[in-house]
Amino acid sequence: MAARQAKLIGPVVVALLVWGANPVASVEARADQQTARREGSQPTTTAPARRVVSLVPNVTEMLFAVGAGSQVVGVSSYDDFPAETKALPRVGALLDPDTERILSLRPDLVIVYGSQGEVEGQFARAGIHVYAYRHGGVDSILQAIRDVARLTGHQSDGDRVIRDLRTRLEAVRMRVRGEPRLRTMLVIGRDVGTLRGVYVSGGVGFLHELLDLAGGDDAFGDIKREATQPSNETMIVRAPQVIMELHPGEQPPAATLQKERAVWNMLASVPAVRNGRVHLLYGGYLLAAGPRIGLAAEALARVLHPDSVK
Amino acid sequence: MRASAHPHTRGGDLRVRFMSVVLGYGALALAACTLAPLAGSTHISLARVFDRSIPFADNVDAQIFFVARMPRVLTGAIVGATLASAGVVMQALLGNPLATPFTLGVSTGSALGAVLVITFGSSAAAGALASVPLASLAGAVVASAIVYVLATRPGRPISTMVLLLAGVTLNAFFSALILFVQYAADFTQAYRTIRWLMGDLDVGSFTPILAALPMVLAALAIFAFLTRSLNLLSVGADTAATRGVDIGWTQRLAFFSASLATAAAVSLAGPIGFVGIVVPHLVRLMVGVDHRIVLPASALFGAAFLVACDLIARTVLAPIEVPVGVVTAMVGGPFFLWLLVRRS
Repeated sequence: MAARQAKLIGPVVVALLVWGANPVASVEARADQQTARREGSQPTTTAPARRVVSLVPNVTEMLFAVGAGSQVVGVSSYDDFPAETKALPRVGALLDPDTERILSLRPDLVIVYGSQGEVEGQFARAGIHVYAYRHGGVDSILQAIRDVARLTGHQSDGDRVIRDLRTRLEAVRMRVRGEPRLRTMLVIGRDVGTLRGVYVSGGVGFLHELLDLAGGDDAFGDIKREATQPSNETMIVRAPQVIMELHPGEQPPAATLQKERAVWNMLASVPAVRNGRVHLLYGGYLLAAGPRIGLAAEALARVLHPDSVK
Repeated sequence: MRASAHPHTRGGDLRVRFMSVVLGYGALALAACTLAPLAGSTHISLARVFDRSIPFADNVDAQIFFVARMPRVLTGAIVGATLASAGVVMQALLGNPLATPFTLGVSTGSALGAVLVITFGSSAAAGALASVPLASLAGAVVASAIVYVLATRPGRPISTMVLLLAGVTLNAFFSALILFVQYAADFTQAYRTIRWLMGDLDVGSFTPILAALPMVLAALAIFAFLTRSLNLLSVGADTAATRGVDIGWTQRLAFFSASLATAAAVSLAGPIGFVGIVVPHLVRLMVGVDHRIVLPASALFGAAFLVACDLIARTVLAPIEVPVGVVTAMVGGPFFLWLLVRRS
């Protein structure tokens, strides 16, 4: 009997110990997570990170722009700018971060998307600082530059980058001041060769803000979403004066370019089509929410107001 | 099945029923196709639409009517009719009320083709060949060829059980490949593929419709030829054989025509769900189970149903659109559940 009781007590004690230990462990983990989250929004003044892994391509760009490029030890599968990133280890991306590989790079700062809560907790438990990037407008881009500059010990470089960027954006705004504001449809996706699967920028996000700054009135600015898929009917009714397609890739041969532009001829009553103001722009910088938004704003302004912006 | 009670309706009686069903459901489909282009997210004036004195390029109302709405309504009618009648044929072929045009993997093969082009087409040097409809058609051909090879033995009737299992397995396999491609794609591409899978009738011109039409018409013609054999087939293969139906031939013809119809519809508008399962059942509730009646009724009702669903899709949240596949599922889903509960 006693032996049987002892046999029973053993597992119970173990269970109690585990049960007792677990809440403590998870409370600690939660506290770590909270610290990490706070790190995301309000960077503290801890020692600068020396080894940074970035899962967010546009934040990688920011790191290089503020002079923290040499501290970057790992990047996401989609990073391709600046060229230095191509030589760095790839550690997955939003959906498939390779935690083991990231840990093996011994980072002291990992940059993730704000939506990657689980990964955030994992690194926090491993005692690694996590910066959660949240996608937004121009202000949130500048804020992210400020944050990563501070976290990597390049505060003054960060401030300079931000100042330059502000000046550059302001210069674009000044140059198009007084120009007629053209109703513009900013296309960010379309099926090749047809008018199907057209996605345009809505009234939220950095692309909308850059268009506004470059002297264009967003034809879909009233739709408070970053992107929307208008029907052919809606595009005809909105009658944009300028249509600009932004493509992240390289410019195709002239024949392809012409064919893709001609796709729009279907919507003959749209002023942009009638007046030959359908423009196809190519380049990774056009859609990157990072330090190259000044370049993108200039490109948009050049297309919208070719006479005042050279 | 009630078909067993009276698979042979007397000629004259059948003709009257056929005519009344075609006229009734035809009127419904015609009404849907006539009224739907008049409504939309914006108001247009019909007088202006047909005003020849205004050049077409200046006539916004005519543009909306002829470029945006007409191709869309026509696509809805064609795809609705095709999927609904392919659903009838699949249900008869497989002897399973849960069968849909998508059961045998055609649509998933089609989807894989489309997803591959959406993901890799724009960057690759594929150029003009990188067309989503073409790729989805190719995917459908590959999928049906695989299922056919797996499920048939020369000179023997197809085992519907093997056909069903092969189809379901292929669906799962292709779905896994689609997930893998989406996983490898970047976010915008992955989002676009998901959007394609919800179906979209906004084809933007008559060209894609003309491209799909010959396949659709060929399939519908074979369906019409098959109706009597399908009646006997749905009673049971043995009974059908004793009544002189060449089972193997009928099955093969049904399989190919239904696959062709599905491939054409999916390449035109994406895999729009629920039309192919709900419409045949709804129509059977109203007109009985004789395929000679059910098939034309389903085609016409399917056309009206999808055109109506698309009208909801493009107006309810305008200027934002609801994917039409979401509307058909939201209208069709509850209805189908109600049907299941009622049956049991």
